[in-house]
Order: sequence, then C-alpha cells, then structure tokens
Amino acid sequence: MSALRLLAGRDLRSGSESLAEHVGRLGPLPHPGSDLIETLVSSGLSGRGGADFPVGLKWRAAASGPRGSAVVVANGAEGEPHSRKDRLLMTCRPHLVLDGAFLAARAIRAKEVILYIGEHHQSSRVAMERALAERTGYERGQVRLFAAPARYVAGDSSAAVHAVASGVALPTTRKAASAMVQNVETLAHVALIARSGVPSGTLLATVAGAVAHPGVIEIESNRTLGEALSIAGGVTEPARAILLGGYFGSWLELQRALDLRLDPLELKAAGLSLGCGVIGVLPQSRCAVCETAGIMRYLAGESSAQCGPCYFGLRALADSCSRIAYEGANPLDIGRLQRWAKDVAGRGGCRHPDGAVRFLRSALETFAPEFAHHPAHSARRTA
Amino acid sequence: MSREHHLVVDRIKCDGRGLCAEILPERIHLDEWGYPIVAAGPIPDHLMALAQRAVEDCPVLALALARAENGKRPRR
Repeated sequence: MSALRLLAGRDLRSGSESLAEHVGRLGPLPHPGSDLIETLVSSGLSGRGGADFPVGLKWRAAASGPRGSAVVVANGAEGEPHSRKDRLLMTCRPHLVLDGAFLAARAIRAKEVILYIGEHHQSSRVAMERALAERTGYERGQVRLFAAPARYVAGDSSAAVHAVASGVALPTTRKAASAMVQNVETLAHVALIARSGVPSGTLLATVAGAVAHPGVIEIESNRTLGEALSIAGGVTEPARAILLGGYFGSWLELQRALDLRLDPLELKAAGLSLGCGVIGVLPQSRCAVCETAGIMRYLAGESSAQCGPCYFGLRALADSCSRIAYEGANPLDIGRLQRWAKDVAGRGGCRHPDGAVRFLRSALETFAPEFAHHPAHSARRTA
Repeated sequence: MSREHHLVVDRIKCDGRGLCAEILPERIHLDEWGYPIVAAGPIPDHLMALAQRAVEDCPVLALALARAENGKRPRR
C-alpha cells in the first residue's frame, strides 16, 4: 500500500473531517497488535514535538512497564509562538490524532488517554470534543481533556505529565508517573503507519515571517527548505537568514539553508533539527540583533523560575543582548554571552535553558558581523 | 565501570547555598549567580569522602552521588 498523507481529504478551510469522511479516506482503525511497535521502530518515525526522539523505542520502553497503570498524553500544548501545525491538525483532522492516541494506549496497555491541548486553542479543543462524540462509548470513556496553560514550558513532556498528575504544568525532576507523552502530529503519523505499514514520508511545518503565504504546510521530508519556502509562496523580500526549529532552533545563513533537506536524520547529521517544525524567514530589512534580543527576552521570561542557572542565566543573557541592541556593540557583552551560554547549557531540570542557549549560539555565529558592529538604536525595529 | 560515581544536582531543589563548592572545590565551582557547576567525569577515589560529605551537608538535599551505568553519565 502506498504512503498516505496527513492533510489529504477535505479542504482545510472547511473545518473538521468527520468520522465518516475519515474512515472513507483511510479505512477503519486497524488492530495491528504487538507488531505495531516493531513497525514503528523500522519506520524510523521520530517525535514531531521538537525532541526528535525515535517513536518505536519510546513505545517499546513504555510497553515493558507495569500493565495497565500507564497513561498516554497526546501533547497538543503547542506553546511555540509561531507554530500552528498541531492546532491545525487537531482542528482539521481530529480523528487521526484520536486514532494514534488509541493505538498508543493499546500498544502500551494504558487505561487512559489525555488530550493535553493549549488553553487558548479553542477551535482545536472543540474539534477534538466533537470528534470524540463520534467515537464509541468505550473510546470516549478512555479519554480526558486537559487544558495546557499558555506558557512555553507547559509543552515540555515532564511538565505535561506533572500537569495531568497534579495540576502543575511545570517541568519536574521527580520520577514521572508511568505516562507516555507524544506530540499530536506524531500520533497522527502512527495512525497512518498502522494502516499502510510505511511512514507517510511527510511532515508538517509552519512557515512564518517574510513569505507570501505564512502558515502550515505538509511537505515530503526529502524536499529542501527552499522548496518549503516556495510552497509558502516564496520570500516576499530579500532574506537575511532562516530560523529553523522555532525558538529552540538555529539561525542559518540563507544560502546554506535553501539546499538543506528536511529529513530529520540528515538535519541531525548537520547538527540541526526541524524541532517543532517552525521555519522562520528573517528579511534583511529587520535587525537580526534586535530580533535575537527580543526572543531571548521572551525565553528568559518563559523560564519556570525553578532552577537558578535558567532563571538567572537566561535573564543575564537577555540583558546582555538588550544592551547590545539598545546601546550598541561592546566586546564585554559579547564575551559574557559566549561565557554564560557555555555555563548555562545542560544545567536546568528541563531543556529550556539548553534550547535557549542553542538559539543564542546560532545567532552569535550567524550574525557575528551584526553583533560585532551593532549601532545603538531603539527596540522599535523589533517585532 | 559500575563503581564509578558521579555527582548530580537536582536543579529544581538546588537553592545555590554554595556549601558543596566549599567542601569540594576540586570538583565544584559556582557560577556567577551562586549555583554549582560540577566538573564532568567520575569522582576519583581520594575525593569520595569529601563528595559524600558535600552530599550529606547540602541543606536542601539537592546533591546526590549516582552510579554511572554503562559508562554513561547520569542526568536528572
């Protein structure tokens, strides 16, 4: 059977796919038994929430846990500011997400499925509730909806488990309850693999910034970043750089970026990641330093303030960036940024500081000339 | 291999009191905000007693000695 696509079927602007349409398009949810986990391992599917973790390995480990006590958390928190793909998927193809979540529950013998949806993602929540109402009573009884607070760290997998277990959507270092957290797009891919036996070969990405048609695209992973930009209507003005992977991602020189293929393994080999799937285009007309300073300020503010190195370190890094942005370049702050970025990495309870530092380091590298010669100017040019 | 011990910090518990860095400056120094930076690698035998003392004296119980499995450094 040939590969299927996530967003095939009815026009995305015309709302949710009903159960009848869903089954008509893809056939009923199969009962693949224990083979599914091995199929997932060989499919090479990796998590689409940002961490790229191999799905089959995660499920295999979860399936070896204690029987029946586990929970599946379908992570649709989508706290990444420019990302829209999880919301769109839940709104337009809710049954794919449900299929994937039920397959996961069956595979790891979990009793409960929790749909962890961003509290402001109203249409996604409504669509998932409506889709659930079309499913069997047994399936409905398995599912609980949980609103994820609108915070960047709420989507962290330990925060998701913490939230559904104790109502606190903050990352934790305590040993998690036996819960398996999986991004909603990942679950939808599983629903396709369970039917066709092969991965769709596509992924969802959100193209943002200076393109003609910003928004969500479904694209084959063997295509390039340049092709992704073309699908989004192409760049609308000369571009300075691409931000690949959202605020935990990396800035790339435009010329280097265009020919990169989106395949997760290829990106990994190049030291990169598609992360949550955000592809941002920074035009030459915007100041790269001010843009970086604005994002660092945001990430510092989104620290859950539980760990010193993250809370104080990110704030200090953001301050240094802002000083360069407002008062102009100075070697002292450049030195601090380099030193503190090294100090902060790997020293949080979750990966928030690691992601922020990865983003900052790529900015210091890609925008080295701008950081070195930045004139003093106000933050008015920042988004 | 299994006898190698690493110092691990629970970053959420850690309050930056700094006792550990005073007890074991050979392996721990403080960052600019007073939080410990632990040197990578296993604790050598001659420092084990001090490492244990640093663990015991941490006022918020954020420091622990963990055994490395398969040569991998434990993280938490």
